Amino acid sequence: MATVAVSRPPLGGFSFDNCKRNAILQGEANKVGFNLPAARKTGTTICGVVFKDGVVLGADTRATEGMIVADKNCSKIHYISPNIYCCGAGTAADTEMTTQIISSNLELHALSTGRLPRVATANRMLKQMLFRYQGYIGAALVLGGVDCNGPHLYSIYPHGSTDKLPYVTMGSGSLAAMAVFEDRYKPNMEEGEAKQLVHDAIAAGIFNDLGSGSNIDLCVITKGSVDYIRPHDEANKKGVRTGDYKYRRGTTTVLTKAVNPLDLELVEESIQTMDTS
Amino acid sequence: MMRFCVLQNSRGLHSQLKDSVPVAGLCPQGAYGMQDSLRSGFTSVKNELLPSHPLELSEKNFQLNQDKMNYSTLRNIQGLHAPLKLQMEYRAARQIQRLPFLPSSNLALDTLRGSDESIGFEDILSDPAQSEVMGEPHMMVEYKLGLL
Repeated sequence: MATVAVSRPPLGGFSFDNCKRNAILQGEANKVGFNLPAARKTGTTICGVVFKDGVVLGADTRATEGMIVADKNCSKIHYISPNIYCCGAGTAADTEMTTQIISSNLELHALSTGRLPRVATANRMLKQMLFRYQGYIGAALVLGGVDCNGPHLYSIYPHGSTDKLPYVTMGSGSLAAMAVFEDRYKPNMEEGEAKQLVHDAIAAGIFNDLGSGSNIDLCVITKGSVDYIRPHDEANKKGVRTGDYKYRRGTTTVLTKAVNPLDLELVEESIQTMDTS
Repeated sequence: MMRFCVLQNSRGLHSQLKDSVPVAGLCPQGAYGMQDSLRSGFTSVKNELLPSHPLELSEKNFQLNQDKMNYSTLRNIQGLHAPLKLQMEYRAARQIQRLPFLPSSNLALDTLRGSDESIGFEDILSDPAQSEVMGEPHMMVEYKLGLL
């Protein structure tokens, strides 16, 4: 092993060492007509709505890798803090890591201030991080929660812009879901009404967009309680097989039967314990 | 060993300049000092001068730029003494380090910066404490003292 001559001590964080190599490999692969594997995305429908006492967040559960469904039942509603949850669309790894980092930071912040964290704090942390990386972190988020100032709902785009609105949708199925919201949203709804509205919006995304599918997950956040309903509804059920190709015993008649016993001697017996630590 | 801790890092400012550009051809990257064609392709001036990713330069100087911004805001709000005092404390804390090839905990530095209360990608990815290669001790100390 050769010692690498470094003059400065190494820093943590992203390392751009392989970018040039990747660009060269991409160029070479394109010349031969071969595609490098695509990142797993959550071509998604996520949405949220503010109702009288809190926030309802909804998401589908399909994760895609190009044209293939990578995960039929993935969880897109991520925990940020006991009173704040976040739905994530875009590159699956990016949404996962970003929400986990912000959740840790918010926990440390809450321990330091001694108060329940606010949704605006989470929003500010997320937008500053996403802007720092100029959109290269592909995470489009719907952030919702209830804090001391009431219920709040934000949508956060990969480049770092945010919107604070009473109802938001993100992902590839966002237009289908937004159509349902625009038709039936009214301010100060009851919880049941809000859940039905979010359910219908996600269902619209599931049935009209190829990137969304499988089940509908809901998360109802009110002051002091969170109801994470997973799954709320299985919109796409896998069918049950109606036919059976197994043959009964006796379908084929047996003409002759010959049995040859094999005499084996036990020569040596040894026990090796498996390392299960 | 205590003797080294007291001396200043004379390279500090120069290596952190935004436009400090590595010179092509004189010391190619890669093990053994040779150009690693398999991994970085053929040498070209464009390859050496341009950053390999749009975020590379901005990430390299991120901490510096944040500090500059914070100090200038502080100066505008509280007057010149505030950033001066903070920078003095920062320089004092930065001197409490082990030799350059060994990992230092930077505890005082973290507390001053406030990064002991936050987690970012620099704590999760490419943790220097778990790096697979170690710098050559003699070269790194010579570089730090400016003898190289």
